[in-house]
Amino acid sequence: MTTTTNLLPFSASSKYAAQLRRLIATGTVTLLAIMLLSVYLMPMAYMVATSLKDKAQFTETSGPLWPAREATFTYQGREYPLYKVPTEDGVKEWALVEKGREQSSFIDPANPEAGLIEWQGRWRTLERAWVFSPRWENFSTAYRLLDFGRLLRNTLAIALTGTIGTVLSCTLVAYGFARFRIPGKNIIFLILLATIILPPQVTLVPTYAVFARIGWVGTWLPLIVPHFFANAYNVFLLRQYFLTLPRELDEAAMMDGASPFRVLISVILPQAIPALTAVSLFHFFWAWNDFFGPLIYLAAEPELQPISVGIQVFNFIYGREPHMIQATAIMALALPVVLFFLSQRVFMQGVVITGVEK
Amino acid sequence: MAIAAHTPTLVQSVRRAPSRLALREAAWGLLFLSPWIIGFLAFTALPMIASLVLSFTDFDLVRPEETRFIGLENYFHLLNDSLVIESLLVTIRFALIAIPLGLAVPLGLAALLNSRHLLGRDVFRTLFYLPSIVPLVAGTLIFAGVFNTQTGWINLALESVGLPGPDWLNSKTWIYPALAIIGLWGIGNAMVTMLAGMQGVPSELYDAARVDGAGPVRMFFNITVPMISPVIFYNLTLSLIGTFQYFTVAYVLKNGTGDPGNATLFYNLYLYKVMFTYNNMGYAAALAWLLFVIVLMLTVILFGTARRWVYYEAER
Repeated sequence: MTTTTNLLPFSASSKYAAQLRRLIATGTVTLLAIMLLSVYLMPMAYMVATSLKDKAQFTETSGPLWPAREATFTYQGREYPLYKVPTEDGVKEWALVEKGREQSSFIDPANPEAGLIEWQGRWRTLERAWVFSPRWENFSTAYRLLDFGRLLRNTLAIALTGTIGTVLSCTLVAYGFARFRIPGKNIIFLILLATIILPPQVTLVPTYAVFARIGWVGTWLPLIVPHFFANAYNVFLLRQYFLTLPRELDEAAMMDGASPFRVLISVILPQAIPALTAVSLFHFFWAWNDFFGPLIYLAAEPELQPISVGIQVFNFIYGREPHMIQATAIMALALPVVLFFLSQRVFMQGVVITGVEK
Repeated sequence: MAIAAHTPTLVQSVRRAPSRLALREAAWGLLFLSPWIIGFLAFTALPMIASLVLSFTDFDLVRPEETRFIGLENYFHLLNDSLVIESLLVTIRFALIAIPLGLAVPLGLAALLNSRHLLGRDVFRTLFYLPSIVPLVAGTLIFAGVFNTQTGWINLALESVGLPGPDWLNSKTWIYPALAIIGLWGIGNAMVTMLAGMQGVPSELYDAARVDGAGPVRMFFNITVPMISPVIFYNLTLSLIGTFQYFTVAYVLKNGTGDPGNATLFYNLYLYKVMFTYNNMGYAAALAWLLFVIVLMLTVILFGTARRWVYYEAER
């Protein structure tokens, strides 16, 4: 991936050769990246193409990969199917007017005045011609069948309240870790980090039992309330960020008599907008993605379920209709993907902080 | 402390004053930590103890008042439960494919993105990350279509070059590669962290190696990989923990049935069934603790090996 440059004395030709070599290397590496990316994102192309297909296209194995319908041509008030007919001038798309065993009559849509063309051969061996025909109504159908508006509202409500809780609590805790001398702080911090390896199943049985006892099962509360109590990843990210902020500013504010809360709000937070954005995005995406939580706590409440569970149930019912399933997949991923594109710089920085510095 | 020897009376007051300040600071600090401390006690520490206690009972949700202590019975049962072994084997079989693949692919992509010959690195980084943003359920539904034997594009591509495509999702053998491929849509974080690690490797190392005549492949394995080994280690640890919590993809693909022939009955899926299908909460708690012990042991072993292959520039 790196070319070895030999230290020859500079001459016009060697400089030229080096430039050429660099150009070839750039072309090869970039082309390789494009090819890998195409393979990697192929399922997305499949999703888009399939979501726009007509159901009939799935039973027709000779059909193209893109959404299409079988082409026809109207001649003298009647509709005739178009076939791909091999002729001396290459393959032509002709309309089959009269079927015969060994020879058939076609009409050339490009030149209907020429009249019927006799073609020797069996029309049954011919392939149908297709025209591009996206079915946008698949989306409205899926939207209606899913009651997607309700799923979207539920998902947003759960994700946004949880995000508020996460940002609030993680900010407070990270501030505590970053700026205060507390006896045993290092041990507390280690315990916090250790919770990362704790499988959530270990606490699941009693937690579920208690939530069931206090009537929280079948509500959003188990999916929201725990996020008001901070989590290791986001506390770690914010703490790392706060540690990079200069202490002089908060010490000056303290001297002026500002309380620690005031310092946090007016000195620290304005400088930490990127980190706070990253944490908000992390939680929002996480909540949007979460399947297990809503599955166990909202199993009996379809009215309250978010998108993740809603489309899984839909998939179970409409499993034989790929175009519907792929349309729901697009609807489920649209918002996170758009948000990601808008925020990817800040988002990536956040990923790097949590991943590299640990 | 030099003053202390000369003026002992002053020391007392000097010492008391900062200690009051220190107390105040500690109190403020604890106040800020309190959300996590309370949450840790309420949602982690107490439930952990409760879960351990419940694992020695026959607790269920329908008749909680009839719960009895049954000693180690759940744990004996667990040793004789063929589905425990089977689901562990399923998890391990998957892990052996998915974990190496889930590290090698992001490592390769990071190296590609780190190449100084690549045009538009940021665009490629964003697009290679994109699938990791796709919600897991949606991604699973997409791949269920892509792996379809009749209309899926993978088998169409294989057939077009004359290869018979396997029945990915209904074969006890091919299901694991299929799941591992689905998992490749979640490597974004690993790729981005490895790339950041690579960008932090001092270029003098490469210059020196180049002078010694090392080629790009040798430089990759002898400089890049060792230098970013902490990032690789971190991602390995996370994927190990994640594999034992594998659930959503298996559940969505097969609607939680574990088909074909229990090949997707991952440990966590079995635990879910014990909890919610068989309503055997005490036994589920025992299963969860077994899982915890296994994950803990593997993590300890992993950290034990870290000394041999993970390079830390400066021990903190």
